[in-house]
Amino acid sequence: MHAIVCIKSVPDTTEVRINPETNTLMRSEVESVISFFDIYAIEEALRLREAHGGRVTVVTMGPPNAVKELREALAMGCDDAVLLCAPEFAGADTLATAYTLSRAIDKLGSYDIVLCGKQAVDGDTGQVGPGIANRLGIPQCTYVFKIRDIDFDRGTIEVERLLEEGREIARTRLPALLTVVKDINQPRFPTFRGIRRARRTEIPTWTGDDLGDDAAPNCFGLDGSATRVIEVFSPPKRKGQVEWIAGDNVQEMASILSDKILAERVV
Amino acid sequence: MALLLIDEEVCTGCGICVEVCPLGALDLVEGVAVVDEKCNACNACVPECPVDALSLPEAVVVAPDLAEYRGVWVWVEQFQGQPCSISWEMLGQGRVLADQLGALLTACVLGVGMEAAAEQAIAYGADRVFIADHPTLRAYRTQPYARVLGDLVREHKPEVFLLGASARGRDLAGSVATLLRTGLTADCTGLEIDPQTRLLRQTRPAYGGNIMATIITPNHRPQMATVRHRVFEVPGIDRSREGEVISVQVELSEEDVATKVVDFLLQEGVVNLADARVIVSGGYGLGGPEGFEPLRELALVLGGAVGASRKAVDEGWIPYPHQVGQTGRTVRPDLYIACGISGAIQHRAGMSTTRVIVAINVDAEAPIFDIATYGIVGDLFQVVPALTEELRRKSGR
Repeated sequence: MHAIVCIKSVPDTTEVRINPETNTLMRSEVESVISFFDIYAIEEALRLREAHGGRVTVVTMGPPNAVKELREALAMGCDDAVLLCAPEFAGADTLATAYTLSRAIDKLGSYDIVLCGKQAVDGDTGQVGPGIANRLGIPQCTYVFKIRDIDFDRGTIEVERLLEEGREIARTRLPALLTVVKDINQPRFPTFRGIRRARRTEIPTWTGDDLGDDAAPNCFGLDGSATRVIEVFSPPKRKGQVEWIAGDNVQEMASILSDKILAERVV
Repeated sequence: MALLLIDEEVCTGCGICVEVCPLGALDLVEGVAVVDEKCNACNACVPECPVDALSLPEAVVVAPDLAEYRGVWVWVEQFQGQPCSISWEMLGQGRVLADQLGALLTACVLGVGMEAAAEQAIAYGADRVFIADHPTLRAYRTQPYARVLGDLVREHKPEVFLLGASARGRDLAGSVATLLRTGLTADCTGLEIDPQTRLLRQTRPAYGGNIMATIITPNHRPQMATVRHRVFEVPGIDRSREGEVISVQVELSEEDVATKVVDFLLQEGVVNLADARVIVSGGYGLGGPEGFEPLRELALVLGGAVGASRKAVDEGWIPYPHQVGQTGRTVRPDLYIACGISGAIQHRAGMSTTRVIVAINVDAEAPIFDIATYGIVGDLFQVVPALTEELRRKSGR
């Protein structure tokens, strides 16, 4: 079994502070971390390996510093890691990112399953997973919160997907790409042994030369991106301040609040 | 990896770019701006530079003949044969955009026996409906849906294509946009046409709602976007509207489709958070799973859904599908009642665009009160039942 996990290095939003003056992120002390849902994708791949044998490769496209997140994935137990990092990859939107990752997956050789988080916590798009699946020409199962059955010999998988109305049970063939939600497992922490091993593991860096396709030039980075960000601004602040509901007792407060709610005509 | 170009001769070292950079990628070194690899070419700084020392490289793009692409399309999502209201929201905004462009609004209805939905789409504003009726399209599946829509787009060339940002909508949009090698902007909260260029200006939150970005797709078509639930209103229905319904030939066989939907486990008796007009949500202050009981009572009286903070979900008090926030669902009800929720930034990212927010918390300093419309400092176990009783009495439920 060969599982490939695509992860993203993102600013740690739990550390993010907003500058109350400018309403932008405070620039200092923003550490990078593995994007939240990607940790669940790593864990699920490790569980598949524990149940079925094989290996887990983790891939990311990002700045040189993203090697820190790859080492963390290795410390959790992934076998190999690859960093996709080159000037030509910069400025990639989801179209170009999915292309670059799919080229890397192709280069990694045969695989049974590709796992991603349902979306990254910075961009929140959830588009890269489906984009990779489409480029690779393999089925996708998004928002997976349970693998009910997987049979690598027969090449089939059955999953539960979390949709608005409930849970869909879908069956498809392998190799397939899954994007996972948080409820799928409880991720482990890196072990000391894992951390030591991760430090020793060599992480290759692949560039456009390693992944390029002469038939399709300019598919990486800004050149390969269809979208352009033309403006960035602070979100409009909520108007006004909180109106405190006070009263001599709970009944009185509840009565005032119920009148306010009914006056808003939302019910 | 930084893309930003800084003209060191021109830079005066004023530091404005350092201030506005949302990623902290810029710094001043010896009186000149320098950029590091955290830069993602977001363009926040370039227009702010008073001396025009900053620039981003222009992309090398071979533009197709964009004038061929005309019209606005909307995908009408269905679940078990019933169209989803988010699609009518898309048609409402699609109508606005089509009128601005002086173009047709087209709805795409895929499924089995969806004629009524096609008529509804016209009543909600579509000029034309493509209806693809085929057994492989009965339940939504990525591959056949992407294939049918991809073929239709290639043949008819719309300039704008909108999908609801539901789980299925995002699953499909990512696949179709890649198939068509075009741009896709997820979870838009604003869509407007630039009258000069006819380009779709797509505005969306990023970094957990801390930043808003306006995005365009200048050289690829269609310009694809998904929009979250309840960002736009469901338009008024006009049964007298007329439109054209066109049947689409579908050349698919079940053997070509790898994925089978085996079953669907409906969440019984639970109001879908995404569609809910009212959400009563509980956090760590509930103290345990039984703490949700009074919230359920209140939700019942208000006809709303029950939400939860990440802490309450992590404690195992309520299942994950109820989680609101950056790592759960983003919601946009008309009324959100936060009970015992402190209001961490990640939670606020998932609900702060709600019109009316009520916060009930024992801690008057809780950050949830910063965004609340109405606040009560008090014990939720006393306030919530009293509020439920008052609302029941006054609304006659």
